[in-house]
Amino acid sequence: MNADEAMREITLAVNGKTHTCKVAERINLADFLRQDLQLTGTHVGCEHGVCGACTVLVDGVSARGCLMLAVQADGCRVETVESLAAGTQGAAGLGPLQAAFRDRHALQCGYCTPGILMSLTELLRDEPSPDEEAVRLVLSGHLCRCTGYQNIVAAALQAATKPAGGA
Amino acid sequence: MKAPPFRYHAPRTLDEALSMAATLPSPRLLAGGQSLMPMLNFRLLAPENLIDLNRVEGLSGIRESGDAVVIGAMTRQREIEFSALVKARLPLLAEAIQWVGHRQTRNRGTIGGSLCHLDPSAEQPMVAMAMEATLSIAGPGGRRDLPMRAFALDLMTPALEDGEILAEVRFTPWAASHGWAFLEFARRHGDYAIVAVAVLIELGADGTASRVSITLGGVAATAVRVADAEAALLGTIVSPSDIDAAAACCGSVDALGDPQVPGWYRQRLARTLCARAIPIALARAAGGPASVRHPGNDGTNR
Amino acid sequence: MDTIVPSGQVVEPAAATSGDGYTARRMFGTRAPRIEDPALLRGEGRYLDDIRMPDPLHAAFLRSPHAHARVVRIDLAAARALPGVVAVFDAQAIARELTSLRMPLGFPSATLQKDITPWVLSCTEVAFVGEAMAMVVAESRAIAEDALALIEVDFEPLPVVHDCHQALDAGAPVVRSDAASNIAERLQVGFGEVDTAFAGAPHVFSESLFVHRGAAHPMEGRGVLARYDPVEDAITVWTSTQMAHEVMHSISAMLGMDQHNVRVIAPDVGGGFGCKYLTYPEEVAIPAAARCLGRPVKWVEDRAEHFVSAIHERDQYWDVDIAVDARGTILGVSGRLLHDQGAYTPQGINLPYNAATSVTGPYRVPAYRMDVIICQTNKTPVIPVRGAGYPQAAFVMERLLDRVARELAIDRADVRSRNLIPAEKMPYDKGLTNRAGVRSIVDGGDYARTQSEALARIDYAGFPARQRDARARGRYLGLGLANAVKATSRGPFESAVIRVSPLGRIDLYTGALAMGQGLATALAQIAAEQLDVPLDMIHVTCGDTGRVSLGMGGFASRQTVMAGSSVHLAAVEVRNKALKVGEQLLGVPMDALRLRDGRVESVADSGRFVTLGDIARKLKGAPGYSLPPGITPGLEATGLFQTNSQAHANACHACEVEVDPGTGAVRILRYVAVHDSGRLVNPTMAEGQIHGGIVHGIGNALFEKMGYDDEAQPVTGTFADYLLPTATEIPHIEVVFIETPSPTNPIGVKGIGEAGTIPVAPTIVSAIEDALSPWNVHLAEAPVSPVRLLELIDAATAT
Repeated sequence: MNADEAMREITLAVNGKTHTCKVAERINLADFLRQDLQLTGTHVGCEHGVCGACTVLVDGVSARGCLMLAVQADGCRVETVESLAAGTQGAAGLGPLQAAFRDRHALQCGYCTPGILMSLTELLRDEPSPDEEAVRLVLSGHLCRCTGYQNIVAAALQAATKPAGGA
Repeated sequence: MKAPPFRYHAPRTLDEALSMAATLPSPRLLAGGQSLMPMLNFRLLAPENLIDLNRVEGLSGIRESGDAVVIGAMTRQREIEFSALVKARLPLLAEAIQWVGHRQTRNRGTIGGSLCHLDPSAEQPMVAMAMEATLSIAGPGGRRDLPMRAFALDLMTPALEDGEILAEVRFTPWAASHGWAFLEFARRHGDYAIVAVAVLIELGADGTASRVSITLGGVAATAVRVADAEAALLGTIVSPSDIDAAAACCGSVDALGDPQVPGWYRQRLARTLCARAIPIALARAAGGPASVRHPGNDGTNR
Repeated sequence: MDTIVPSGQVVEPAAATSGDGYTARRMFGTRAPRIEDPALLRGEGRYLDDIRMPDPLHAAFLRSPHAHARVVRIDLAAARALPGVVAVFDAQAIARELTSLRMPLGFPSATLQKDITPWVLSCTEVAFVGEAMAMVVAESRAIAEDALALIEVDFEPLPVVHDCHQALDAGAPVVRSDAASNIAERLQVGFGEVDTAFAGAPHVFSESLFVHRGAAHPMEGRGVLARYDPVEDAITVWTSTQMAHEVMHSISAMLGMDQHNVRVIAPDVGGGFGCKYLTYPEEVAIPAAARCLGRPVKWVEDRAEHFVSAIHERDQYWDVDIAVDARGTILGVSGRLLHDQGAYTPQGINLPYNAATSVTGPYRVPAYRMDVIICQTNKTPVIPVRGAGYPQAAFVMERLLDRVARELAIDRADVRSRNLIPAEKMPYDKGLTNRAGVRSIVDGGDYARTQSEALARIDYAGFPARQRDARARGRYLGLGLANAVKATSRGPFESAVIRVSPLGRIDLYTGALAMGQGLATALAQIAAEQLDVPLDMIHVTCGDTGRVSLGMGGFASRQTVMAGSSVHLAAVEVRNKALKVGEQLLGVPMDALRLRDGRVESVADSGRFVTLGDIARKLKGAPGYSLPPGITPGLEATGLFQTNSQAHANACHACEVEVDPGTGAVRILRYVAVHDSGRLVNPTMAEGQIHGGIVHGIGNALFEKMGYDDEAQPVTGTFADYLLPTATEIPHIEVVFIETPSPTNPIGVKGIGEAGTIPVAPTIVSAIEDALSPWNVHLAEAPVSPVRLLELIDAATAT
């Protein structure tokens, strides 16, 4: 790292774990999670806020990781895809929304998937039984080139019917 | 696509922010970041100092003040979307906000950021224009108020002096019985509108339109009120031919054109959307269903 | 060990119920959940940028802002002086590391213009916006980008070729100063007596069509990471590619290192769709830098770069004529195709060749001729995107048939069914040869049944009433349909190795390349069917040149057929070997043994067994001990299924749209897709391929336009203006499969990855035209925008 790089210390909770670290002021939240915390489940697809691959939850609501500086997350609670299987067992241990994705073949290359999982996690917390239109509206904030979205909609609706909620 | 180097500042008070904005070289204010951050990532901007308004106290929130509803500049679009107060008193804003980007961007995007970015087809400046909102601007010398009409100087150019910060937006609700409609046409849901129209109508006891506001977004450099379209409805019991006349007025405003979307097409959309919005607003003014439907993907709410 | 199976074998599953009630595992044809999914869903995928490497350097490329310019001066001093910058390479500097500054041609061609491939870094001239000119290597990507801004370049702008038609004008500027002309190659394909057919035809109709397809836009862009080992003089290169082996050979040649010292690994690949089926300049420059600097170097393409430096498909102009008799029976088709190749030809002419040779598609056309002119323009180079010329060809043929139907007042479905290749004529000789020089033979399928199934599902018969009712309410519905056929399973071969270790681990290695389709699951299903193990016992490694020496990779909807067949052959061999050894070890005859969960056991007494690991331990050899009689060493087998013939997948799509004449908006109300891709390995994954393919096609029909202005400057450089379809624009898609086993391979499958995309644009455009029939609007292009539709409605109203 360049010695001239402006740095700042931040403290934040990521997936329930508190981190205090010095970060470059210009680094965005997605790059910080990936590079500094090695949480590479959050992907970067466009860096201009359209594709949605970098979507994470900040203080419980979805946000584009590429449209927020890491320093802005100081004091925040961040959730990433790595949190969704917490408490599950085994090699195929998956949270309910993740399990529904596998069940309904809602992913192919998997690159856009983590961001979509985070947006749907937020939706299902806010609205445990959304209809298809509500799911499609949330998904419209994500680009997927593989699936045509149909099976993602089906997986979200399948996860929605489970009493435990999305994740 | 990594942002260029800058120094980051996170003031806690408006005074602190104003002082930074006045003294730091090449400053840029960061609100929700949903437009500024892409420009930084693309290196279209290279400010030396980035002043983050997200931690400034007192810039966020929705409250009633006398006859007005006051929305802090740093209020997130999400908060407006889910506000019972906005839904009850400013239903046009409640409807328009659903067309703003996507849920994931509304969670961080702010009304003040949108007003200052002043994209010609953005929904929140349209509503401010339609409702003649007053913008309260803080500066080194104190506060000043500007009507939206005076704030929206030109294409993406707000009437903000160097060192000034938009503090809040004051909307005066229309009569409880007013009707409203917000329609938008975009290629995909969540895209910036190609054209959008906002209509507000109050009916007198005799059923005549006693107060009318018709505003277009996406056709001109800023959101514009269409006075002759409003005049076509005012003082009449609105008939289909009055609606056609108002729509024709909307269809003949001077429209911006570019290689993808020529001016004539924006005019056509303005006419079509106006003709569809007025009946919705009229029905609501007459006590019809007020439910706000999710925006459809063809932009017409049919 | 190479195994070549002649065509015509369809192997029935080995599975059967034994006397003790145990039913052998059936994996082929089941809706097995994917073995790839758990890691990807937990965020544990390992895409290129996720690979952790100690002490890496990061690269960024300076790219031309000009469509065509001479480079007068390039000054790297300020960039080199920036703290954190380790090296800056321009063309001269990188040339010192390479055997050639010019990239190799992907598909060799004797007829193509010479010196037509891209430069690793351009030197004295730039020929498209986005062309790489210099590479900064720094301690972070952000610093590398800071340094790019410090590189000073003096350009002398040169005249620009911005379009195919302009490229052919007399006096047009030349695309590059080293190009002999703007025409990269001319060719003619065809068969039959075309002139005679047209001379005697009762009806001839002409169309001038424009078909545009944008870029591939996988959600993960390209990316390369290279690590050089000076002790071994060996280099390992991770790259997000569809063809690890070919990239390895390119690096080997360009860096002057023997292939055994070059290992290329494709990690998890976040989609390809064609744009990663190429060795790019960056895939040479990054390993060259890593070797030169002695530290790992990584480059991750960002989206802004992807828009201009990853390949496009872009523009084709077709002027075509069709000759028919009074009943609409096709007598001949002929015409001219202008193809926009961009500034360089990195791969070859397969895209326009495919387009020109696939026009006749599923139809009987007695005489056909297409003149192809491959034009160079000052734009991003072109190679195939999902569909590879077939979508354009289908658009041309289906537009012609709609024209015939309209002119002769024949129902659109009837004009098609009269011309479809009849099932009883299969296999059917198309009259053309494929790139391998082999006669193009359609291996099978019932095209009439495919179409009638689609019509039944969309209630074709009931549509006129629906359309009438809607119009009475001021709404404009239209129905469209189109047929398509795709020659899949491009040869000549694909590799598969199945190896059982003494610990009982089963590994499956293949030169095929997974980029998201679920290839590992499909191949594991094919292997598990023979080996009778659960899928998670099979460890699949795709696209690692260090694991298997030969491989072709992922393109042309080939991998389930080619790699699948190789896996099948290898699995059968391992199975037979295990049973033979089991017979000797257990003293039970082979036909009284079965495989089950990693054991060979007696059907009569499942307590008598030997594990596959035990067998592998015997077969790995022990000094001085003989192997069982008649058994070769190792519990492993290599399958190299080899073929030049192609399995032809076919489809019929039908959709209903509503067009809003007030806005030009098109809403797709219903979409039905009937497909025959032979036997399906996994119907759920097959449906997923069709969904994704159709939505790609919807993008091509309605949304995606890679726009350029008249100076060949791109005008769509973000996802806000280059429109990929999102969930709110897409209808529910109904997919139906017909399974006609292909005789071209031992497992009866046909490819599927591109099949969904091909008929979409003509289906939707036909439906729009139908909806706008009150205005008699005629559509001759794709994509169609709302602006364009209103323009056409206005023009029709004015006349």
